[in-house]
Amino acid sequence: MFTRPDNGSLTLTFEGRTIAAREGDSVAAALLANGIQVTRQTPVSGASRGPFCMMGACFECLAVVDGRASVQTCMTAVRDGMRVERQNGARGLGTGA
Amino acid sequence: MTPDLIIVGAGPAGVSAAIEGRARGLAVLLLDENGAPGGRIWQALEARGAKDADDTAALRTLGEFRASGADARWRASVWAIDPDGTVFWSDDRTTHSARGGFVLLATGTTERPLAIPGWTLPGVMTVGAAQIALKTSGLVPSGACWIAGQGPLLMLYAVQALRAGGRLAGILDLSDRGAVLPALRHLPGALPAFADLRKGLAWRWEIARAGVKWIRASDLRAEGDGALSRIRFRAGGQDRSEPADLLLLHDGVMPSVQITRALGCAHEWDEAQRCWKPVTDAWGVTSNPRLLVAGDGAGVGGALAAACAGRLAALGAASALGRIDAASRDTAAEPLRAARARYLASRPFLDALYAPRAPSLDDNTMVCRCEEVTAGQIRQAAKIGALGLNQLKAFTRCGMGPCQGRMCGATAAEVMADARGVPLEQIEPYRTRFPTRPLTLGELAALDVGT
Repeated sequence: MFTRPDNGSLTLTFEGRTIAAREGDSVAAALLANGIQVTRQTPVSGASRGPFCMMGACFECLAVVDGRASVQTCMTAVRDGMRVERQNGARGLGTGA
Repeated sequence: MTPDLIIVGAGPAGVSAAIEGRARGLAVLLLDENGAPGGRIWQALEARGAKDADDTAALRTLGEFRASGADARWRASVWAIDPDGTVFWSDDRTTHSARGGFVLLATGTTERPLAIPGWTLPGVMTVGAAQIALKTSGLVPSGACWIAGQGPLLMLYAVQALRAGGRLAGILDLSDRGAVLPALRHLPGALPAFADLRKGLAWRWEIARAGVKWIRASDLRAEGDGALSRIRFRAGGQDRSEPADLLLLHDGVMPSVQITRALGCAHEWDEAQRCWKPVTDAWGVTSNPRLLVAGDGAGVGGALAAACAGRLAALGAASALGRIDAASRDTAAEPLRAARARYLASRPFLDALYAPRAPSLDDNTMVCRCEEVTAGQIRQAAKIGALGLNQLKAFTRCGMGPCQGRMCGATAAEVMADARGVPLEQIEPYRTRFPTRPLTLGELAALDVGT
């Protein structure tokens, strides 16, 4: 796991639970800072996956952010009040707007 | 919008090209996926501040870039480039395009995949990923963290993590002990870059002094139910098992060739670095005269060599656009070439010392993480007639997921070459296509093509 002395004063929710984040964090980094390793389940086998490359190349850290599916959380900056949910399986039609 | 030079990527090569291009009077548009300049090596450096002389020099370069007057667009993700120099990108939810006199790709590298059993488990990441988390968010490993693989970045990250207060359980050295002797042949040639070599030794010493175990290992596996909880490996003739909640893998880096491949540029095989790279001339020009590549994306050489290459590419573009004559271009280029050669001096030694090893994967090891294709399925496809990676796509969907082959291409080619009994460079690599990253219909429909 990762840790840091100060988790910051921004708040976002992950699966409904409130977590803290620092200005300048990517969403993926904020999740890792809170001990969250699983961001999605694959559309192929349903296996759990989480951030792997942190640089926008592997597409493992996809999640639903503020209702928008298939967001690369490692390339998305945190904003106060952001809602993040796991993306389970393929994204549904109509959830990508 | 018609800039003279569109630069993709704000790492050392990209920002240096922007500085040089602006100094020669070029209108420069720079696009980068991140929120600030620096690329990977200088990532978030403006926010972190300088910790040593290298950082201070890098910050000076970033300062020159900020003052250069280049039009920089952040969080801009390029998804297509037309052969005529039109670049398409998205930022947040808007879509843009611009046509440049020249397009310079300074898109750097991605880490060479190090496929092991269980590497798809959450909790297994790359060393580069952990370094980004450290640089941008101050995250350090908290204890049950193992680092495995080989290469300079592995040692550098370990040192950075320890200095920042992180704790490591140990480092598993997966390098080939047999590579040391052949590498020594290149040591005399590396002496102009003696400072680099000394730095490497100092890192190794600092890791040992911190009490972190350094274990020569093989047959590494990651295990866990839904997330990493344990690693197994072979060391000193014994099978060992250790608890782990974070495993960081690294096996060097390779040029990102998604865009040059999609554009059909000529590529050449680099045997020393065991990867493909775009063919470029002395000014970074590819087989498409409008498209240039500078920095590690044209062959891995490190940040300072990349900065020189960026400046050389900008000089070449300025000359081709008639802003400077060939004589002043060549005068300005001379010291850059000399410096670049000096920075590259240690490369043959490092390439030989950390030569990537052909993976020996068991049939169940996942190669394509997106489509969940195993080494066994690739061997089966080879057996029934797939010759290269593009046929492999049709047989198995390997490489057809959202990462578009970035994470599996190198490993799939190794498995295929081994299964067919041919040299690696004879395996046809993935033919990538635009858009080089997933794009929504909404983004496409929002495209302003009126410019």
